[in-house]
Amino acid sequence: MKRVKKFKNVEELRKTIDEQEASRQQEKKRVIVVSSGTCGQARGSLKVIEALKKAIREEGLKDQVMIRVTGCHGFCEAEPNIIIYPDRIFYQKLTPPDVRTIVKETLVEGRVVEKFLHRDPLTKERAWYENEIPFYQKQKRIVLGDNVFVDPTSLMEYLSIGGFRPFLKALTRMKPGEIIDTVKQSGLRGRGGAGFPTGIKWEATHRAPGDIKYIICNGDEGDPGAYMDRSVLEGNPFRVIEGMMIGALAIGAREGYIYVRDEYPLAVRHVTLALEQLYKAGLLGEKILGTDFSFDLHITKGAGAFVCGEETALIASIEGRVGEPRQRPPFPAQKGLWKKPTCINNVETWANIPLIILNGADWFSSIGTSGSKGTKIFSLVGKINNTGLVEVPMGITLREIIYDIGGGIPEGKAFKAVQTGGPSGGCLPASMLDQIIDYESLTAAGSIMGSGGMIVMDEKTCMVDVAMYFLNFLRDESCGKCISCREGTQRMWEIVKDITEGKGQPGDLELLEELALATKEASMCGLGQTAANPVLSTLRYFRDEFEAHIYDKRCPAGVCKSLIRYAVIPEKCTGCEACKRACPTGAIQGTRKDVHLILYDKCIKCGACLEACRFEAIEAQREEAIAIVREVKP
Amino acid sequence: MITMKMNGVEVKAEEGWTILETAKFYGLEIPTLCHHEGLTPYGACRLCLVEIGEGPRAKLVSSCTYPAEEGLVVHTDTKRVVQARRMMIELMLSVAPYSKTIQDLASKFGVTRMRFKIRNEECILCGLCVRMCEEQMDGKAIGFQNRGYQRKISTPFDLRSEECRLCGGCIYICPACQLRCQGPQAESALCNACLTMDPTCLDYYDELQCWMYDAGRCGTCVREKK
Ligand SMILES: Cc1cc2nc3c(=O)[nH]c(=O)nc-3n(C[C@H](O)[C@H](O)[C@H](O)COP(=O)(O)O)c2cc1C
Ligand code: SF4
Ligand code: SF4
Ligand code: SF4
Ligand code: SF4
Ligand code: SF4
Ligand code: FES
Ligand code: FES
Repeated sequence: MKRVKKFKNVEELRKTIDEQEASRQQEKKRVIVVSSGTCGQARGSLKVIEALKKAIREEGLKDQVMIRVTGCHGFCEAEPNIIIYPDRIFYQKLTPPDVRTIVKETLVEGRVVEKFLHRDPLTKERAWYENEIPFYQKQKRIVLGDNVFVDPTSLMEYLSIGGFRPFLKALTRMKPGEIIDTVKQSGLRGRGGAGFPTGIKWEATHRAPGDIKYIICNGDEGDPGAYMDRSVLEGNPFRVIEGMMIGALAIGAREGYIYVRDEYPLAVRHVTLALEQLYKAGLLGEKILGTDFSFDLHITKGAGAFVCGEETALIASIEGRVGEPRQRPPFPAQKGLWKKPTCINNVETWANIPLIILNGADWFSSIGTSGSKGTKIFSLVGKINNTGLVEVPMGITLREIIYDIGGGIPEGKAFKAVQTGGPSGGCLPASMLDQIIDYESLTAAGSIMGSGGMIVMDEKTCMVDVAMYFLNFLRDESCGKCISCREGTQRMWEIVKDITEGKGQPGDLELLEELALATKEASMCGLGQTAANPVLSTLRYFRDEFEAHIYDKRCPAGVCKSLIRYAVIPEKCTGCEACKRACPTGAIQGTRKDVHLILYDKCIKCGACLEACRFEAIEAQREEAIAIVREVKP
Repeated sequence: MITMKMNGVEVKAEEGWTILETAKFYGLEIPTLCHHEGLTPYGACRLCLVEIGEGPRAKLVSSCTYPAEEGLVVHTDTKRVVQARRMMIELMLSVAPYSKTIQDLASKFGVTRMRFKIRNEECILCGLCVRMCEEQMDGKAIGFQNRGYQRKISTPFDLRSEECRLCGGCIYICPACQLRCQGPQAESALCNACLTMDPTCLDYYDELQCWMYDAGRCGTCVREKK
């Protein structure tokens, strides 16, 4: 980490940015970028870094090669990966011994090592360079892109990519009103879920009476399967903070909070380091750069309740009270933290601000659709070849994300549904694949943009089971204040659970719909108001599946354990014994080369045998289909 | 002064009033359960729902917590409101079927079915007791624990509280722990006797020893059939 000195005035900072930028451009060394966010570290990036350092030392390349450890690049599937600059050679899924080979082959001999290159799951073609990888090609990484270029723990590195130029512009050349107007004209809408126009929120907070105002960065991110905000905070914390500083200038706040969930230790660490350096550099605190602008920024760790992402609950949590939403109005812009006007925005919203200030409102609004501008980061997970974070321009279709960027569904299975918006969102079927992504279209389709979770499901997914999963999440995460939300989610879960267990009755779906409507209408906060979406959207697009469970006692996808039974298909069984070894309860009988048999009284329906059989000789059958067969052939 | 429209009539509210307070001032009835004068509004029971706004943006809010706002258009008794209210009562019945207050509400709003599995918890988590203890009895002896479906009322660490002075304030205010009348359908989830009996169950009171009648408190049946 380069040392930080204190900037006494605007000129000093500007000069340092110029110098840092120039020195980056003149850099003669080859740079090896190692992606090492939470996901990379989980897959062993730290060991890769060690091995890399050692290999470079041993080859005597220390003066010619520089290692840059960065936050996440978003391509989870390919972790741990490295990019070698200036050529941008991209090597993926590396282990420490691989790194040794690469250093020898590529760095010393100048040859590309084919087997570590990325291979497209559909075309099987290998990509040499980062920009040739289909996963990156259709993305527009204005927010995430810089993660590759900076060591997130170093202010100087951030300055060397022109960081804090937007802040300087706002500080020296723009009045608060102009900043707000620029944000308004850019068309930026909140990335935390509801999509409220950011400029209008800023204006309301700016205009609210009172001298003391606060700004808050919402990094609670409690949706299952979502981790965009984590990666931004981990990979480029200075960008978020710079956005907040510009916001503070515009709104007239002199204190702010970054709320991060405690389960994100790396994000907490990087934000803390960033704050320390900014205080040392005189970019936070009293009289910043000798001007009249003073701004203090704190970090608050959240205990990781989903509902604490709701703005009023989050504020209660910062104040040290129970994280329970309250009635709005008054909105935080009128009465927020400690009853003072407060502007609360999502991590990604704040991270867009420096870009808008630097490049102008027109640049930003040229990306996207008429109602939704800019890009959105999604975490693409589930049954998809390329899992990872994708940043796409608004207006792209679901199909492009899932097939072009995501590389389609693994193992040649068919696409069934995509869930957007987390527990408040909905499941969209294949007929909606050409749906474009923006706030309005997703809402019209019965889902929402949400904060950016995107879970892909294949034909082996049971939609009733999916509805049950989200209801289970919600009945647990509801704060429990409103009877509509607390009992509503609990009762919906009970009904759906009964359906998955074959205990569904005629009338259940009508009751479910009635209850869903009441939960939506009667609840106080966004959690309850959207809690019915996962049920309503699955009912809207997959009603036949619910009906199959209720009337035929059949789970079409073969997922609901009570409705299926595993059986060996005698014609296909080769007697390889794989299933027998996989079975945890010893429920499978058979000797080598003989047809195997599953003992139903011992089988716990774990599905391990089905996974283990290479000959597709085990299938999940309907409970009563078997019963019928038994009756016929006693 | 704030000017609003309520059920088509222009009304004026003081700064700081809620919709509920304004409605009360004008004599408009809105049912409430978790609301009590003298305690901070909380918004848990969702019974006091009203519809605000017009057209596609109209929505339901709890009138006990929603502030009176200039130009607001409020309807207290639309079909949408009543439908949601009924579901709230049905949900409350399913967890506290032995509460007289809730049984009476069911009769009053024509809730004649209870379609959920009974889970008798004798508490609808309205929070009245918590607020009573803290705000009127200066006790802070009890509070909410956990969230979601696991939420419950208890003392810290579920131990007998040193703070509790056994004043009985919490029991006094609880809508769920007053026993329902022991009429002809005392064991079923839904009584509705006041609605369905003719003559009303009042005539049976003596024989069935309705406690409410003895205490001279009930009168639901009388009120309903008058
Ligand atoms: C149940 C619930 C959970 C939420 N979780 C988050 C979250 O994790 N992160 C977030 O930024 N906003 C979350 N929100 C939205 C916030 O309340 C708020 O609208 C948002 O932080 C405003 O920022 P924005 O305008 O930049 O989107 C949540 C809302 C609800 C109702
Ligand atoms: S809607 Fe649910 S989460 Fe929101 S305040 Fe009510 S009970 Fe709590
Ligand atoms: S794994 Fe398949 S093929 Fe092998 S014994 Fe079991 S059922 Fe037969
Ligand atoms: S489903 Fe599980 S328990 Fe049943 S036979 Fe297969 S491996 Fe054994
Ligand atoms: S005990 Fe009674 S007063 Fe307290 S929350 Fe439960 S129902 Fe309300
Ligand atoms: S009896 Fe105890 S718990 Fe109840 S209100 Fe009085 S002090 Fe509070
Ligand atoms: S690559 Fe960053 S989270 Fe997976
Ligand atoms: S009285 Fe208003 S929500 Fe209970």
